[in-house]
Amino acid sequence: MTSIPHPAASAAKMETRRLEIRYGAKAAVKDVSLTLPDRQVTALIGPSGCGKSTFLRALNRMNDLIPGSSASGEILLDGRSIYAGHLDAVELRRRVGMVFQKSNPFPKSIFENVAYGLRIGGLSDRRELGERIERSLRSAALWDEVKDRLAESAMGLSGGQQQRLCIARALAVEPEVLLMDEPASALDPIATAKIEDLIHELKVRYTIAIVTHNMQQAARVSDQTAFFYMGELVEVGPTEQIFTTPRQQRTEDYVTGKFG
Amino acid sequence: MAGTGEEAARPSPSMRRRQVREAAIQAVITLVALTGIAAVVLIFVFVAREALPIFTSPEVGKETDLARMFLPQAWRAGRPAFFSWQPVSDVPKYSMVPLFVGTLKVTAVAMLVSVPVGVAAALFTSEFAPRRLREVLKPTIELLAGIPSVVLGFFALIVLATVLQDTFGFTSRLNAVVAGIALALTVVPVIFTVSEDALTAVPRSYREASLALGATRWETAFKVVLPAAAPGVLAAVVLGFGRSIGETMIVLMASGNAAMTTFSFGDSVRTLPATIAAEMGEVVFGGAHYAVLFFIGVELFLFTFVLNTLAAAFVKRVVRRMAGTA
Repeated sequence: MTSIPHPAASAAKMETRRLEIRYGAKAAVKDVSLTLPDRQVTALIGPSGCGKSTFLRALNRMNDLIPGSSASGEILLDGRSIYAGHLDAVELRRRVGMVFQKSNPFPKSIFENVAYGLRIGGLSDRRELGERIERSLRSAALWDEVKDRLAESAMGLSGGQQQRLCIARALAVEPEVLLMDEPASALDPIATAKIEDLIHELKVRYTIAIVTHNMQQAARVSDQTAFFYMGELVEVGPTEQIFTTPRQQRTEDYVTGKFG
Repeated sequence: MAGTGEEAARPSPSMRRRQVREAAIQAVITLVALTGIAAVVLIFVFVAREALPIFTSPEVGKETDLARMFLPQAWRAGRPAFFSWQPVSDVPKYSMVPLFVGTLKVTAVAMLVSVPVGVAAALFTSEFAPRRLREVLKPTIELLAGIPSVVLGFFALIVLATVLQDTFGFTSRLNAVVAGIALALTVVPVIFTVSEDALTAVPRSYREASLALGATRWETAFKVVLPAAAPGVLAAVVLGFGRSIGETMIVLMASGNAAMTTFSFGDSVRTLPATIAAEMGEVVFGGAHYAVLFFIGVELFLFTFVLNTLAAAFVKRVVRRMAGTA
């Protein structure tokens, strides 16, 4: 019980206040106020269509790409609104990285995949690129498997390797927050275990939010768990508390598998 | 016991009917496919047969042969050798070189204009245009492909040639630049349509991955979407090139039709297809000039065939490199 630090003890890295996201007339996320504590893992759980992915995508403004979507309320990064003038979507996304449900490496070499974010950031020095890429691949626990084939296409990697490559690619630009949208849902149990181990290591340096359908995964990797239902945040608390003594009946029904 | 065994091995009537029907359908489809291939092969065979006298007939051989078609000839003693296409003269001269040079000049101008315009228009339409604009743009540009080339040729002859001459001060009003730009009007829609389809087919997930890394839309379009669509865009360029080499009416009307071996784009030019179109009506059936015109047809055939084959091999290599199996 005491091994897990209480989220409230940690400073807020990101925070939403009364966030509402609409697709046209339909509200996908309603009145959600949630804090992502610095260098902790927050799991977002809930049944399909409950708004957890939409919420996640709002945090780095990926929803902007969907025609007809709009957001109201506040989203803060280090206490400042992400819609304020000091940030644009491009700058925000460099600080708040994202890993998608389906691994989506570019049809380029492994090296070029990781280099992509660095190159568009203006880094062209070959030696520094190499160093940053090695560091990112090591952080994503992929270096030993690919170090001899960096020039080969990323499309030739296995699904689990591709997903870790996408994590390495996101880490290369050194974001502060990492958003993961069901990063292991398309992977086998062994590859999933590797991603989960990785999340444990990454939280030393990054603030992580992860959407997952897998209760055990949420219980294993996260410090804080937020339960979404029908676009609303039903309950948020330390992971252990959510899974053992939830305060809301709906949370209990969901985490014990009565619906979902 | 043995009787029931045989009973079981015999197909039921409905199963038999199904198998016959499947076989019949397959046979028909195969036949139709083969007809298409046969048509292409037969066209080539008949065109080539008409060109054959150049190599076999002593009669035609007196007027021309491969060396005289491709090497410079000294037509008068003591004068320097040169390339000349003068099929209707006391001493008919059938040098292919001025026609090659003309075709290449016109095609070069056409591709120089239409590749950037076509690909840029496709990129804009697929990546940047709002949906409403895209729905107008695509059919409008494709409509350009539907304009009969004789109309475009007429436009080039009357309007474009004057405008370009006033602007650049060409000595010959009709020249490679006029023909090339007019040609580009027919090549742009080809390149645009095929590239746009290739660009639109690039998975959304690539764009999202790029944007999530802090790339702008421009960076995403140029560094992720365009490279991912490279095989399709290349196929578009090859199709456009084929269209440009084979187009007849526009160049016939707008190029000036003077068979000159110069490298100035302001000179009048004569292309291979325009030569066939202009002269086929007045040749002696079965004569040397007739055979040479068919020989030009064979050359055009081979050009596009070789080009398509090379491009297909190249595209295959690019695709394999992307897929990581190379």
